[in-house]
Amino acid sequence: MTENRMMVRVQIMGESFEVPEGSTIIMAMEYAGYQLKRGIGCREGFCGACATVYREKNDYKIKGGLACQTVVTDGMVIAQIPFVPAEKPVYDINELTPDINTIKAIFPTVFRCVACNTCTKACPQDIEVMDYIQALKRGNIERAADLSFDCIRCGLCALRCPAEIVQYNAAILAQRLYGKYLSKKNPQLDKRVKEIEDGKYSEEINELMDMDREKLTETYYSREIKIS
Amino acid sequence: MYPEYMMESIKKVEETRPGRLEKSKKYGKEVFPHMTDKERGEVLSKFHPDYKEGARKEVRVGPNKGEILTTEISDLLESYSRINPKDFNLDKIDYETDVLVIGAGSAGMASALVAAKNGSNVLIVTKLRLGDSNSMMAEGGIQAADQRDDSPTMHYLDVIGGGHFDNKPELVQALVSDGPESIKWLEELGVIFDKNPDGSMLVKSGGGTSRNRMHSCRDYTGAGICRVLRDEVYNLPDKIKYIEYSPVVELILDDNGQAVGAVIYHLETKQYSIIKAKSIIMSTGGFGRLHIRGFETTNHYGATADGIILGYRVGAKLLFMDSVQYHPTGAVYPEQIVGFLCTEKIRALGAQPVNADGELFVYSMEPRDVEASAFIRECTARKNGITTPSGLCGIWLDSPLIDQIDGQGTIDKNLPGMVRQFGRFDIDIRKYPMLVYPTLHYQNGGIEINDKCETNIPGLYVAGETSGGVHGRNRLMGNSQLDLIVFGRRAGLNASKRANNGVKIGKLSIEHIYDYEKEVADLDINRKKIAPILLPDYIPDHVKQKQITAEYFGTLI
Ligand SMILES: Cc1cc2nc3c(=O)[nH]c(=O)nc-3n(C[C@H](O)[C@H](O)[C@H](O)COP(=O)(O)OP(=O)(O)OC[C@H]3O[C@@H](n4cnc5c(N)ncnc54)[C@H](O)[C@@H]3O)c2cc1C
Ligand code: SF4
Ligand code: SF4
Ligand code: FES
Repeated sequence: MTENRMMVRVQIMGESFEVPEGSTIIMAMEYAGYQLKRGIGCREGFCGACATVYREKNDYKIKGGLACQTVVTDGMVIAQIPFVPAEKPVYDINELTPDINTIKAIFPTVFRCVACNTCTKACPQDIEVMDYIQALKRGNIERAADLSFDCIRCGLCALRCPAEIVQYNAAILAQRLYGKYLSKKNPQLDKRVKEIEDGKYSEEINELMDMDREKLTETYYSREIKIS
Repeated sequence: MYPEYMMESIKKVEETRPGRLEKSKKYGKEVFPHMTDKERGEVLSKFHPDYKEGARKEVRVGPNKGEILTTEISDLLESYSRINPKDFNLDKIDYETDVLVIGAGSAGMASALVAAKNGSNVLIVTKLRLGDSNSMMAEGGIQAADQRDDSPTMHYLDVIGGGHFDNKPELVQALVSDGPESIKWLEELGVIFDKNPDGSMLVKSGGGTSRNRMHSCRDYTGAGICRVLRDEVYNLPDKIKYIEYSPVVELILDDNGQAVGAVIYHLETKQYSIIKAKSIIMSTGGFGRLHIRGFETTNHYGATADGIILGYRVGAKLLFMDSVQYHPTGAVYPEQIVGFLCTEKIRALGAQPVNADGELFVYSMEPRDVEASAFIRECTARKNGITTPSGLCGIWLDSPLIDQIDGQGTIDKNLPGMVRQFGRFDIDIRKYPMLVYPTLHYQNGGIEINDKCETNIPGLYVAGETSGGVHGRNRLMGNSQLDLIVFGRRAGLNASKRANNGVKIGKLSIEHIYDYEKEVADLDINRKKIAPILLPDYIPDHVKQKQITAEYFGTLI
């Protein structure tokens, strides 16, 4: 970060700091002198560790975002939410059926959704959170899995939900049910697993393993390439 | 949005696009000649950062003493422990378990699940939260030779050629032979792979592959896998316990030289605790946060090579720690995302790398080190790159081409993460190309293992990015995600078998630290140099000067 750049003033947990314009919230906190130990993970928007709430100058609204992806603005007031004490029901995926009964049994709260759309507004991934909860309510696992696919489990939706639903835990259940039971299966995969078990390729591979470097190099560079 | 002068260059990219599109419709990705063995060698030796002066140096302590390793690794190995053995009473055990898993990425969690299934009690300890790892971040895909026109044999050839024939053959054999079964295992746990309407796997090619065998979960492949493994770990609370925010700072040996435990340090409460275990699986991932040669990185916050240090101190041998993987396409603009990954899948879908004049200069799918070196050559020797306002240089990755090749909506469907990442900073990658330059990505080498994930230290198993041998000196796209599952599962099974067979554990000791530190002290190295460093340090100097009584001791205390 170059020193001669414009600075903005932000409040981190109520305390005022001057930080370079264009910083993300994480960069700003580090610039201010914090070594982050919680509320930080991938730093690239993939892990959901950095959920943060903030308010901007002259705005009364408290917004949510990912600290590693949100750029600070002058007058921003910031508080990190490093942990959400939400309930995670335990289940054996092998014992479940991919239908509404499973949702009823494991996530009864889903049926209390009042369709207020607060969760969708809170989601930093722009996921249609309410829609996937509504899909689950109807037992449409496929749609719920599809809509929630990009969820990174940041917890911001659950914190805001008036019906106390833990959307992201319901999402992972829907995804797993879809992946395991509902997605169309691929017989070619089973066939290949069996072929390998039966030793179909063992000899070929052993041959490559025994090759000297020169021969192996030659074989490699003359291999047929079939890609699209 | 891009500044005016960059838009000028983008105009040139747009001008050459129709011609490139036409070629690509005719020849697929083969719109630029592949490099020969000789050309590869030349561009690597002249431009790859590993070959630069000062990139490597001799390590003067420990099991690999006298070998030439990556400079930052040699430096890190020549360091002291953060603890003094005399402060610890190892008769007082805080946690006892059959299998101890260190690190909760996909390798660690896969191993935990398999060990638990095999009847062992498992304890996972990790630096941040479960799943906060490089595993969660993988975008592009996972390879496995399950297609009709493919075979594990072809996969073997690609892996070993990509690794410049240095890979350990038994490990490559394990990787490719367990590939399809690993995909099946993941699907049975509920991972959602991208598929064609008939249920067959949607597979793409990757750099250095001879067949389409890259499976994906949109461009959230790592998350698609890792979050399922984590959910399964949460679902087995009786078999798998876990402790978060508690990195391991040293391993514990017994008087027979077996690895039998670990010392953990709680990042917040600053307490140390002692764990005793029958077998140990090291799965601490990579080293991007060491910022080797000053490069930005794609890696998560905790990727600081801890496993290498911990293993080395107890005598585990390292392999190929002289080679570093720079991913060809790290973002260089906008500044907030510098170093972040622009997944290889973008090229797999048809995007072409072009220079400031919109010209092609390299085949888009060379092995990573070759591709990265060609990008560096274009920006340095050939001066055909584009310089950003903050002084970084990059070349264009022409993403809009993808929708033109495969139809509107292809980018949205296959690269939602990328669209979102750039969209947050007002760049629409469906309309404009992305500016990229190589970024520090992957630790090619690590602790040497065999095909059971055993090391030369009895009781110590290693899986994932912190192991060495599978990928030789250069890993190909998608083979790491496969490695995590294949070797994670193997480590879990073998560590569990060892534990179930009733290992005799002798007296616990961390006295090895004294011996190691003596070697370090003999080199007159400053006492303040400690490892593992646990977390990187991004506090600016002017603030540090005021943190007068605080000390940066791996973590700021
Ligand atoms: C952005 C990105 C994209 C990628 N894309 C792909 C891809 O498309 N395909 C592919 O094949 N590969 C890809 N890779 C590479 C691959 O994802 C990683 O190599 C792999 O995930 C490493 O897995 P792991 O389980 O070995 O380590 P990690 O997933 O990094 O997990 C290591 C764990 O150990 C913990 N840990 C570290 N130190 C300690 C300690 N001292 N004590 C306790 N715990 C510790 C960490 O906190 C973490 O939880 C990508 C990597 C990155 C960074
Ligand atoms: S759905 Fe909820 S937990 Fe998932 S990313 Fe959106 S706000 Fe975060
Ligand atoms: S916030 Fe809760 S109640 Fe409101 S729409 Fe979302 S899930 Fe339903
Ligand atoms: S740190 Fe991972 S999403 Fe922000």
